[in-house]
Formats: sequence, C-alpha cells, structure tokens
Amino acid sequence: MLASILSLGGIGLFAAVTLGFAAKKFAVEVDPREMAALEVLPGANCGACGFPGCAGYAKALVAGTIDLNQCPPGGADVVTKLAHILGVEASATARQIAVVLCQGDNRKAQLKYRYLGLEDCTAAQRIADGPKTCPGGCLGLGSCQRICPFDAIEMTADGLAVISRENCTGCRKCVAVCPRDVIHMTPYESGVHVLCNSHDKGAVVRKYCQVGCIGCNICKKTVPDSYKIENFLAEVIYEQDTEAGEAIAKCPTKCIMDFNVGYPDGSSYLPAVADKPHAA
Amino acid sequence: MKLKTFTGGIHPPDNKQWSSHKAIENCPLPAEFIVPLAQHIGAPSVACVEVGQHVAKGQEIGSAKGFVSVPVHAPTSGEIVAVESRPHPWGTALPAVVIKPDGEDRWSAELQPADPSDLSVDDMVEKVRQAGVVGMGGAAFPAHVKMSPPPEKKIRTLIFNGVECEPYLTADHRMMLEEPERILRGVALLQYVFGAERVVIGVEANKPDVIDLLEKECAGTPVEIMALQVKYPQGAEKQLIAAVTGGEVPSGGLPMDIGVAVHNVATAAAVTDAVIHGRPLIERICTVTGPAIREPKNLRIRIGTPLSHLVDVCGGLVEEPGKIILGGPMMGFTQLGFDVPSTRGTSGLLLLRSEDVAAQPEGPCIRCARCVQACPIHLLPATIAAYARRDLLAETEEYCAMDCIECGSCSYVCPAAIPLVQAIRYGKAAILAKKRNS
Repeated sequence: MLASILSLGGIGLFAAVTLGFAAKKFAVEVDPREMAALEVLPGANCGACGFPGCAGYAKALVAGTIDLNQCPPGGADVVTKLAHILGVEASATARQIAVVLCQGDNRKAQLKYRYLGLEDCTAAQRIADGPKTCPGGCLGLGSCQRICPFDAIEMTADGLAVISRENCTGCRKCVAVCPRDVIHMTPYESGVHVLCNSHDKGAVVRKYCQVGCIGCNICKKTVPDSYKIENFLAEVIYEQDTEAGEAIAKCPTKCIMDFNVGYPDGSSYLPAVADKPHAA
Repeated sequence: MKLKTFTGGIHPPDNKQWSSHKAIENCPLPAEFIVPLAQHIGAPSVACVEVGQHVAKGQEIGSAKGFVSVPVHAPTSGEIVAVESRPHPWGTALPAVVIKPDGEDRWSAELQPADPSDLSVDDMVEKVRQAGVVGMGGAAFPAHVKMSPPPEKKIRTLIFNGVECEPYLTADHRMMLEEPERILRGVALLQYVFGAERVVIGVEANKPDVIDLLEKECAGTPVEIMALQVKYPQGAEKQLIAAVTGGEVPSGGLPMDIGVAVHNVATAAAVTDAVIHGRPLIERICTVTGPAIREPKNLRIRIGTPLSHLVDVCGGLVEEPGKIILGGPMMGFTQLGFDVPSTRGTSGLLLLRSEDVAAQPEGPCIRCARCVQACPIHLLPATIAAYARRDLLAETEEYCAMDCIECGSCSYVCPAAIPLVQAIRYGKAAILAKKRNS
C-alpha cells in the first residue's frame, strides 16, 4: 500500500517538476498582437490571404510582411480592427463578391451527353469538355458549393450554382475550383450582371441556350457607357454601371439581371436591397 | 497443359461471334475524308498543305513536330477543301485536313518499294517514322520511338500482341487469319531492328484457327506462337509481358527496363508496308459491330473515314444507339455522334442499344475487395479512388495511382457501381497538374 503510494506519487512529482521546467525553458514567445489579430480574423481558414489559415496571416501581419486588406471575408470591419491592433493607418478596399455568370441550368441549356460519373465539375470537364454543349456555362455539379467555407452557394434543382450576395465574403475559393471560369469577382455595389460566359456567335448560342448572350449590341446601344461587347459576349463595365439596369428590359434573351431585384430561377435566395451591412 | 496468363483481370462476355467469322471487306471511299492532325500520343503534326491544293494518295499532309510525333498522310488522291477544327474522337474539336476524293485513288509517285536487305537499322526506323506508323492497338504511340531504345537497354525478348482481349473486336483476329504473310514479314523486320533473341506472338486461346495457322506458317523459324488463357486486360503491354515471360515491369518503368518490347500484330503489318512497300499508314482494319448495327463487318478503312460512312456501309442502324464507342467497350472512347472521323487507333466501332448500357446508381463501398482481386497491377482501386475524390493527392500518389493502366476492370466488377477509374483518372490528372505547376 505504502510502496504504491510512494512510487506513484514519486512518478507524479518527477513528471510535474520536469514539465514545469520544460514549460519555462522551452516557452515560445508569442507577440500579444498576433493573438489579438487572430481573435479579430474570421477564423474560417479559407486561404484567401494566401496563407494556409488565419494564424499564418496573423503572424505575417505582425511581422509586417503583408497588407492588412488581404482578408476579403473580414471586410472593412476587420481591416479597421486590425489597423487598431497594429497601430497603422487603415486602407479599406471596396468589397468584392463572386457571381456565377450563367443562368443556363439543365432546363434552359442543352446537354450534349448524359453524365453519370463523379459529382465533381473538374472530373466532368475532363470528359469531352463537360456535358453542357455551351463551352462556358455552369456544369451544375456543385464543386463550388462544396468548397465554399461560408455556405454562400446553393445548387438549384435544375443544376445551376447561385451565390448569395449577402453570405459571400469574396474568398475566391469557388473561382479557383471552377473548371469553366464561370465565376467572376465583381464589386458588391454592382448588382447588374450579364449572366453568360459563352464567347460563341449568337446563332451558335441560340442553338444550345435559351438565355445566353447573343452579342446583339442592344444593351450597349441602350446604355453605351455601361456595357462592352467582346467576342460576341456583353459585359457590364462595373466602374460606370449606375445606368446599367436600363438595358435589362431591352435584352432579347433576358440574360441581364439585377441581383438587387431577384436571383436566377430556382434560387431560394432573396434580394436584400435596403440593407447593405458590408458596404464600405 | 495449363495456359499462361497474368494474375488478376476479369472475364467479360467476349461477344466476338458478331463478326469473328466475317472476312475483311474493303470499305468504299466516303464523299469526304476528315484527317485529324492529332492522332497519336505526342505533339500533333502541323498541316503542310493548303486549301485547294491537289494531293496524291500517301502524300504527306501534316508534318511531324519533334521526336515523339509522326507525319500524317492523305488517305486517297483528291483536293484539300478545308484545314480547320473538326469534331475529334477525343471529344473536342481539333485541327484536321478535309479532303474531297477525286475517285482516281492514285498513289504518290515518290513512294517507292525498297529491298530490306539494302537497309540499315537506322534507315528502317526512319522509314517507319516517315510512314507515320504508330502502335495500332489503340494507344497510338509512335512506333519509331519504341524502335529506338537507348543503347544501354538491350531488348532480348520481342513480344507481338495478337491477344485482342477487348470484347466485340475481331480486327486483329481477321488480320492474322487472312494476312499472316504481311504480319510475319513485319515480325522479321522488327526482330532484325531490335536484335532480339526471343520472339513470341501471344494469341488468346479463343482464336484456335489463328494459333493453328501461325504455328504452321512459323514452322522452322525462331518465332514462337504462345496460346494464352482468355482474360481481360491481357492485351495491355505490362499484362502481356507478365503472361508471356512472367516478368514484371517496375513501377514507373518501361518494358525496355526488363529487356522487353511489345508491338501489336497490326503494327508489324504497318512496318512491312512502310519498309518494304514504302507505303505510309493510311488504312487499317476496323471492326464495326454491336447489337445496334444491321450488319457487323470487319472493314479495311482509310484513316479519316467518317463514322457515318462506316454505319452506311454496314447496312445502317437497327435502332438509335444508346452508346457509340470507338474501340472496345472496356477502354474505348464514347462518342457524341457520327460526325467524327476514324483515326489510326480506331480498332473498332461499337454500337450498343439503350438497353445494353443501362446505368446503375452509385452505392456505398461494401469493402468486398473485388476491385483488388480484379486489378491486374495489384493496386487498391477503392482506396485510391476514395483519396482522389477527397483531393488528398499525396496519399493518392503514395498508393501508386500513377501505375494505374485505366483498364476498367475495377469499375466492371464493382457491385456498388462506383466510378473507380474516373476517380483515379481525376486523381492522376490532378497529380500531374500539380507537378507541372511546382
């Protein structure tokens, strides 16, 4: 009885002394500012800053090797807080969000074959350039939805990815994973987009999609400052798009959409016009 | 006596009865040839003719670019009507030369027969390169590259692949039966080029007529005919080597690392044409078969013949096909339509009905290990596929995904219908992309 108390107690005492000594001797100095910065960061470890996680970004911030506007999910709010912690001037940037420039779901756009393989857009794209006839349209297999750390993307029943304007933080993970480059980064302030990613000629687009841009120039004629046409595809000039909405009614294929008014068919997201919490 | 084979593999129904008894027929010329410039592994060739130009049969229309590349030749005499992107069997539109035949089918005067006894080994390899000869088994790897192993790799065993393990296909079968002379002359030429001590023609035991015939033809020559147990994928290079020699190609290595070279019997025939007759590779034997075609046939087709023409020659369709496959059902390429042309690797055109290709929804892996038993290179397909699907590339590579030959045996036996090969291919592509970027 006594022997066991002594031996176990002895082991315990020895371990306590050793650990106590090791904790003092090998203590890692952490800059308190680094801990404070880590507190402020969103903690999603999304990698948008270029580091594997928030801790790496916090460390670089304290070391002064990176700008403090490299965290899109944090937005202006985090930039201000970081500037306060690090004692530097805040340089906020306009909020950018991702938009799927396509509304050709499996009902509106033609499929060239029935795809039965892996639920992954990159894998599908490897098979004869994907099941959609359109070379640029959303494949609808949800790779972007699965990778989004902020639950900001939904897949409609007809196979179209739709990104929530309010939930998107602009981390660009979906942009990187999309094999068809159909997701573009746009200013949050701009709600009007041309939802098409096909550079084919109008007659070709009409054959495979009901809602594709045919490059007819009508939007550009209506609001010359807000639209440009390149390779048979219209695009909103986001720097001067205040009047862009006027072309929506004129577009013959209805491929221009104002997300402040509504989302593409089948989406459960609702427009939030009045409240813009992230606006810088 | 027990027949030789490799370990693993599967026994799909061979379905060769549709066409195995049909003699080879010459396919009439189509109204238009679409000759793709990319038909082989390696750099695509570059068009060297212009629209409106008149070309003779066998004239070079696309020149090789680099060492691992071969030229492309006109399949008949006629006028070049277009040099543009056309639908390609690989699934996208790729550059092709479009020729309208003039009906004369006149050979180019520059092509002259030669006496092989006057030629050195280098001359022969050069002739094979100029003739655009590629591996005719389906992968279409340039033959002259295989024929020029580095000097330190001595080829002791030369194996000819007369296995034709893909179900439905009978093109090699008919060729061995009807043109043994053409094949055996190529075999002798290739033996001379490699200086091989042992020459084996491997034939699966489901072609007893071929085995009898070749044994008779090769009596008194050093060429050995080996009957092999019927199993898929015996026609794959590494599996054929395992079956014939018992040797194993090291992981990431080539057959020449263990002193072996493998060529298809149809490649041997093409080498004969190139070296002795001076003729480029502009035609091949192709099996048009399957339940959706009215009259299955073995056809001698010119390279660049549109598939729609092959269907017409074979009496048309019984019904709208559920799947159009170029090559065999296991490793062939599914096509979107009949507007694509045949290429040098087109060993068959398989037309299946919708009811033949009914798909089963994917289920969970039940750890039955049938894929492990079936894998001819002893991998763990389910494990690799699971890693690849989660983008765990380091683990995917650690489990030797790069050694997968994509034969489809694992997917074939999987009771849960998991797309194993697709997942592994996805993983392989991701690993290669990562290596290129770093």
